[in-house]
Amino acid sequence: MGSVVERTRKPVVHGWFTQTTGSAAEGFRLLGTKCGGCGAVFFPREDAFCRNPGCAGGDLTEVPLSPRGRVWSYTDGRYRPPAPYVSDPEAPWEPYTLVAVELEAERMVVLGQAAPGIGAADLAVGMEMEVVPGVLNEDAGTTWTTWHFRPVGVDA
Amino acid sequence: MSGDVVVLGAGMHPWGKWGRSFVEYGRAAAAAALADAGLDWRDVQSVVGADTVRGGYPGYVAGATFARALGWQGARVTSVYAACASGAQAISTARAQILAGLAEVVLVVGADAAPKGFFAPAGGDRPDDPDWLRFRVLGATNPAYFGLYARRRMALHGDTPEDFARVKVKNSAAGALNPYARYRTAVSAQEVAASPLVADPLRLLDICATSDGGAALVLAGADFARARGITDPVRIRAVSTVTPTYPRTLLDLPDIATDSAAGLLPEGARDSFRSSIARAAYEEAGIGPEDLSLAEVYDLSTALELQWYEDLGLCGPGEGAELVREGATALGGRIPVNTSGGLASFGEAVPAQAIAQVCELTWQLRGTAGDRQVAGARVGITANQGLFGHGSAVVAVR
Repeated sequence: MGSVVERTRKPVVHGWFTQTTGSAAEGFRLLGTKCGGCGAVFFPREDAFCRNPGCAGGDLTEVPLSPRGRVWSYTDGRYRPPAPYVSDPEAPWEPYTLVAVELEAERMVVLGQAAPGIGAADLAVGMEMEVVPGVLNEDAGTTWTTWHFRPVGVDA
Repeated sequence: MSGDVVVLGAGMHPWGKWGRSFVEYGRAAAAAALADAGLDWRDVQSVVGADTVRGGYPGYVAGATFARALGWQGARVTSVYAACASGAQAISTARAQILAGLAEVVLVVGADAAPKGFFAPAGGDRPDDPDWLRFRVLGATNPAYFGLYARRRMALHGDTPEDFARVKVKNSAAGALNPYARYRTAVSAQEVAASPLVADPLRLLDICATSDGGAALVLAGADFARARGITDPVRIRAVSTVTPTYPRTLLDLPDIATDSAAGLLPEGARDSFRSSIARAAYEEAGIGPEDLSLAEVYDLSTALELQWYEDLGLCGPGEGAELVREGATALGGRIPVNTSGGLASFGEAVPAQAIAQVCELTWQLRGTAGDRQVAGARVGITANQGLFGHGSAVVAVR
């Protein structure tokens, strides 16, 4: 039908996570960078310099981050955040859940929105989570993709 | 060298939602501080302004903006910005100028006019700016971070929403006694519990508002004060403006992630940035938490005030809620915290806030804090933290 809009899928930020097609969670990973000099891993990625003050410097190469981690903390947004967060001002505000997850190997805490349908009441500190592909928002021509966290063992 | 700088004058413009320019608030606070010091503006040799990002260009050059509003008189000028820690940077700059012999009398001013609702990043598409990214990618407002810290405390230490409400009840009781506070009504635990959830588990009355306000200090060298016959002034003993150390492993505004903690001690055994802010101030002042008469801390949320108790060493890790439960940090308690009423009663006027904290210490140490007075106050500390890694703490004594 003519009403079907063909949207291009684009990551909300380039290079922060692997590209996927559809909603397949298989193989989806956050992407960081690793310093060849000291082994430090950075997310969001540092491509220009290593931030370890004890490191003489080294090449920074892209690395996938642990697909799983544990809830460090969580909260939600009961009120519409200001721009540049995109939301339809005409639509009633739907709270979203924010989760801070400590990634398994890197032991860095990464913030992300929870997958749709996961509320604060579904979460607990220490719960095992996995990173999955998600959609942040859609506009006329684009589906803006992002990462979401969801409890391990919960189907999308 | 005599390491002490004295507070000759303290002044504020009442906090509120007045709808006028920050310049008016800053000028009024400056005039009040000068009057308190018994000095004419033309006696001031240097003016240091704490900038605001909400006032357009005049906000970025606050020192000159306030100097112009007071009437150009040729003083040396400095403008500084460090988010919530801007005021401490302004005090630190003034103090350094005095100790270096560049100026005998320095005026420090900070003021803001804040919009209603959430603070938002500066406009435009700026994907290299973490503050822009956290809003675009996550919708992570400041209260979202406060909610994360609060939930973490509940999970780790067993704090409850009722403990958080106790902080609001305590601070609103103190704020009701402060003529400069925006909110001057005592709030009950029931009122906190009945206010709407903003960022689970925090409710509207757990989170500080954004306000208009202004604060100013007149600082001088000890010799200048002595020459004017001031024998027992409030003295600034330390100003901590430290940055974090790498790796920074505690999630903080406006970051989307921490540094990696791989290979480090568990979280509870690691030093936090906030505790390092206090430690630097204690070491510089040659005092410890046991010497304090009072503390002013940055209670962006009720739960965050409990965290500051621990970071200042007023109690052990995880024991913050116990302090507020037993009333130790209330007026009349063992170690009163936020006798001014804190951000809970003021709301945040960003560049004025760290200066306002020192105004409160000044009045308390002089014994002129009225119904809020801490009996026999001799030593006070302020603590605060600015976005992007700015520590802020001031120790004042008398």
